[in-house]
Amino acid sequence: MNAKKLMGFAAFLLVVFVFVPMFISATGRWDFYYTLTSVALLSVGAAGVWLTFYIGRINIGQGAYALVGGYVSTILVTQAGVSFWLTLPLAGLFCAFISVLIGFPILRLRGVYFAMVTLVLTEVARLSALALPITNGAKGITSIPQPGELSLFGLTIIPAFGSLSNPRVGFYVMAVVLMIITYLVLWRIVNSRLGHLCRSLQQNEELSASIGVNTAYLRLLAYAISSFFGGIAGAMFASIAQSIYPSSFVVADSVNFMLYCFLGGLGYVFGPMLGTLLLYFGWDLLSIAKEYQLLIYSGVMILLMLVLPNGVLSLLDKKESRA
Amino acid sequence: MEQIIANGLYLGAQYALIALGLTLIFSLMNVLNFAHGQMYVFGGFVTYTVVVQLGLPFIVGLFASAIVLAIMGAAIEKFLFAPVVRRSKRDESTMLLAAGVAFFLDAVILLFFGEKQRGVPKIVNGVFNWDMRIIMPYDRILIGVLAILLIVVFIAFMNYSKTGRAMRALAQDKMAAQLMGVNVARYSMIGFALGAMLAGLVGGLLVTITGVNLGMGGPTSIKAFLMIMIGGAGVISGAIAGGFILGMMESVGLTVLSAYGDITYLVIFATLMIFLAVRPQGLMGKPWG
Repeated sequence: MNAKKLMGFAAFLLVVFVFVPMFISATGRWDFYYTLTSVALLSVGAAGVWLTFYIGRINIGQGAYALVGGYVSTILVTQAGVSFWLTLPLAGLFCAFISVLIGFPILRLRGVYFAMVTLVLTEVARLSALALPITNGAKGITSIPQPGELSLFGLTIIPAFGSLSNPRVGFYVMAVVLMIITYLVLWRIVNSRLGHLCRSLQQNEELSASIGVNTAYLRLLAYAISSFFGGIAGAMFASIAQSIYPSSFVVADSVNFMLYCFLGGLGYVFGPMLGTLLLYFGWDLLSIAKEYQLLIYSGVMILLMLVLPNGVLSLLDKKESRA
Repeated sequence: MEQIIANGLYLGAQYALIALGLTLIFSLMNVLNFAHGQMYVFGGFVTYTVVVQLGLPFIVGLFASAIVLAIMGAAIEKFLFAPVVRRSKRDESTMLLAAGVAFFLDAVILLFFGEKQRGVPKIVNGVFNWDMRIIMPYDRILIGVLAILLIVVFIAFMNYSKTGRAMRALAQDKMAAQLMGVNVARYSMIGFALGAMLAGLVGGLLVTITGVNLGMGGPTSIKAFLMIMIGGAGVISGAIAGGFILGMMESVGLTVLSAYGDITYLVIFATLMIFLAVRPQGLMGKPWG
């Protein structure tokens, strides 16, 4: 990591942990905390979708894993009394595990076939949540306790959320930290040997298989990592909302995850983060337009696509090539 | 038993018509039209407006739906999809555009027609009753027959007209068709318009029975995706087969599985996943679409 990137990273930290809280307390828009927490968590899920794009698969099934992750964490917390902090990785691992089972057959599909199967997967998750006895059907699970204290060797790392004077700030910080870790991991993956192999899959699967790349294994690995991100995002969401329903993550959410990636730019690691911020925050800001909200939102989305078909971050490319 | 088959055929005929439009657009442009369900709802609302608010006969409403949707489809292709397909690095970018169009149509429907459920009065009264074995209202039979008739007309059009031949050539091999002198831009536009028109026609037909509302667009798109996955994306015979198979499965499932609660679609999805694991390209599709 060179100095320029380190500076950028420091600036980013400064913005999210100092400037944003300052801005919010100056303007008094406390609801922005909730919006930004959602942005951070959704971008964790979107990071997973982006990784499947990176191996050349269109993933419209992230909502399914977010829902599963949410339920796993919730059920462990409410029925087994496990600490939330332990359920967070467990939810991710569970999602990764079932994604391997499901991915084994469906990752053989390509193009729109894979896209449509994953879309259907979201519906399967929703209908299963409605039908299974443990998920409590359409009523969902409500009044989930807030995350408790996390301590290591008697040292409190994260205080209990119930004792915080302002849990909203706590959730914001936690979500942003999670997002930063996710994107650091993603950045590391992309710039490693694994990332290069994934890129070879994106370009031509037969060719990369012919020179000895274990494509089936790589596809499963990438899909499992992707679902892991989806699962932890869903688990955090359920904990923040203190409730989860079968309709917490539906097809529209899965499609949105994909749109965040497209809008930010598929060729850029930080594309999904920017895309999530623009789309989700933009949608929130547009609520002043009342009944024209959806019209303006979708109109802007279509316009952006017409002007920048390769994502917002492709603006950077043009500058570089001109210089 | 006869009742289940009759219901399945009736559902299948409508489904096949929806899937035909979607598969046509997919085969010509490699675009997965997320807005297909919204186009269908829009068609239903156009028919509703013409029939109920203007008081014109049903057949006029149906034609109005077809024309409005065809113009809309042509405009969407010419001004939105064609430029993006030309300039984007990856094919999939059109998906964002399609989803944007779906949201846009939702917004337009909300502003123009509101969020209430709308229906058109029955066009024919009475119920067909064959010895208590098949009971079906006459209007459902009429709509089913009309849908099958439209499918036949569509197939004939694709097989025997010059436009249809050009579109089939395009779907088979774009480059070769272009070299043989097929105007790709023009026939892509016609194909998109035709696909949208089919969606509008189904909307117009079904508004007489189930009515339409704003929320129906998304679920309809998902069902249409299912059908073309069963049959194979981009293949006309596959879309028809997929439509009838899904209709039949739904009809059988709702009867047989009703004792176990609302799990018909769960079973259908699970079956589909297993089926696709064995045969990824669907019944009649080309491998890797």
